Amino acid sequence: MSVLVYTESLKGKFKKNAFEVASYAHKVAQDLGTSVTAVTFNANDDASLGNYGVSKVLKIANDKLETFNAKAYADALAQAAQAEGAKVIILSSSADSKFLAPILTTKLNAGYVPNVVAAPDSTSPFVVKRTAFSNKGFAHTEISADIKVIGLSSNAFGVVENGGSAAVDSFSPSLSDGDFAVKSVEVDRVVGKATIADADIVVSGGRGLKGPENWGMIEELADVLGAATACSKPVSDLGWRPHGEHVGQTGKPVASNLYIAIGISGAIQHLAGVSASKTKVVINNDPEAPFFKAADYGIVGDAFEVVPKLIEKLKEFKAQNA
Amino acid sequence: MKILVCISNVPDTTSKINFTEGDTKFDTNGVQFVINPNDEFGLTRAMWFKEKQGAAVHVVTVGGAQTEPTIRKALAIGADEAIRVNAEPTDGFFVAKQLAEVVKNGGYDLVIAGRESIDYNGGMVPGMLATLLDMNFVNTCIGLEIDGNNATAMREIDGGKEKISTTLPLVIGGQKGLVQESDLRIPNMRGIMMARQKALNVVEPVDAPQPTQDQKFEKPAPKGAVKLVDADNVGELVNLLHNEAKVI
Repeated sequence: MSVLVYTESLKGKFKKNAFEVASYAHKVAQDLGTSVTAVTFNANDDASLGNYGVSKVLKIANDKLETFNAKAYADALAQAAQAEGAKVIILSSSADSKFLAPILTTKLNAGYVPNVVAAPDSTSPFVVKRTAFSNKGFAHTEISADIKVIGLSSNAFGVVENGGSAAVDSFSPSLSDGDFAVKSVEVDRVVGKATIADADIVVSGGRGLKGPENWGMIEELADVLGAATACSKPVSDLGWRPHGEHVGQTGKPVASNLYIAIGISGAIQHLAGVSASKTKVVINNDPEAPFFKAADYGIVGDAFEVVPKLIEKLKEFKAQNA
Repeated sequence: MKILVCISNVPDTTSKINFTEGDTKFDTNGVQFVINPNDEFGLTRAMWFKEKQGAAVHVVTVGGAQTEPTIRKALAIGADEAIRVNAEPTDGFFVAKQLAEVVKNGGYDLVIAGRESIDYNGGMVPGMLATLLDMNFVNTCIGLEIDGNNATAMREIDGGKEKISTTLPLVIGGQKGLVQESDLRIPNMRGIMMARQKALNVVEPVDAPQPTQDQKFEKPAPKGAVKLVDADNVGELVNLLHNEAKVI
């Protein structure tokens, strides 16, 4: 009857979202009067999940699952859910979680709600709050199916440490050849750089920067802050930056702690996509730019003068606070 | 090759979102509806398969009669036939069940859907459809080539991309990258005239459960005023971000 949580890892190391979904699962388990069981795939430090409220880990160690495979992972999670009699399954909002969630849900005849931003409104009936209309609204959605699958928005609940400990059991799901009919040939992942999906800070540039040759200062600012770089839709359409950096309604959503928009006017689609970020800063030479209405802090000024000064001040700040 | 493109009828990206009937329904008053952007990238890729590889392209939507202008637009862009399942799409699993019926009856090799609709953002229909029919599935698809029965796809992952090899029958959840923004087509007069002659078959829904129900909607809390910092005093911004917002 436990709450099951899929804790994602990369090359053995837990992703940040693993600790957040575990913390959320712990809250749901408390509401339901039960405990949390995590499923891990080829992870190194399984017992560390205890600190985030996990009581039991079903550890899967299988070379065939070294690279993420949605169908095989969904199959393994479904078997774990059945073994545990789990009625609630918690996933993240990563590309991998969103890939496997509908497969898992259909296998289990469950009900799935993604983009959940808070602990359940109630557990009987089971109602959760989620974003809708690309962050222009929220919905309170009831899951009436017996088994509930929840996709938690990143940075929505936070990481909660409680100093608990977890028992680790090995778990060997039985996988079929059909689980591997979609094969990964090659993974091209940027290493050593924060990604938009899990960065605490995102620095984003728009058409106000005039051309791709001017992105050096955006990258330097991101570097100083340990931030991911992003861009507006016109910038990606013009080919100044790769599509993977496009944030907004039709690009990637951003839910960082700090979002810095430079030379971005703030079209409604862009604002919707970044609205889940907690603190927003805009730097733009046009005081009428719509982004000023959506931002917490703003500087009206020429980005080519303001950004280098900001980099310098941040370096001083880092040196003092190192 | 027979391709089915799944189209969702959604508010234009510039729409202001309001709710009505005690915040239980989306207010469609004054809202312009369009082909869901993620679906339009897929439709445009399907046109490429039609023109270069002789594929037949059908489009389908689950919705009431009010969605017909949107599906006619897909015909005007170049799809050969359209199907409308006459039901309100209020739950992702319900929609997947309707589409599964259409795919079964039509014998499609490739189903192209959008990664998610920009209204309810469920992102679940393509994966559920593939699982219901035991078809292969690639989500967040940003590139697709078909050679005979073999498919090579690119998938966007967090922080990069992944090359995938699989076979038909296949369902994809597509997005920008399948084609570029500049490849999107605006229907011309000839296309619009021809679309009037093309079949738009209305079918009644099959019974299916609705495991989720939206109970109530709300809008985000209004935002407080922006705090402006002078361009000559950038250090103050660093100070505010550290001491007030506590984000650095």
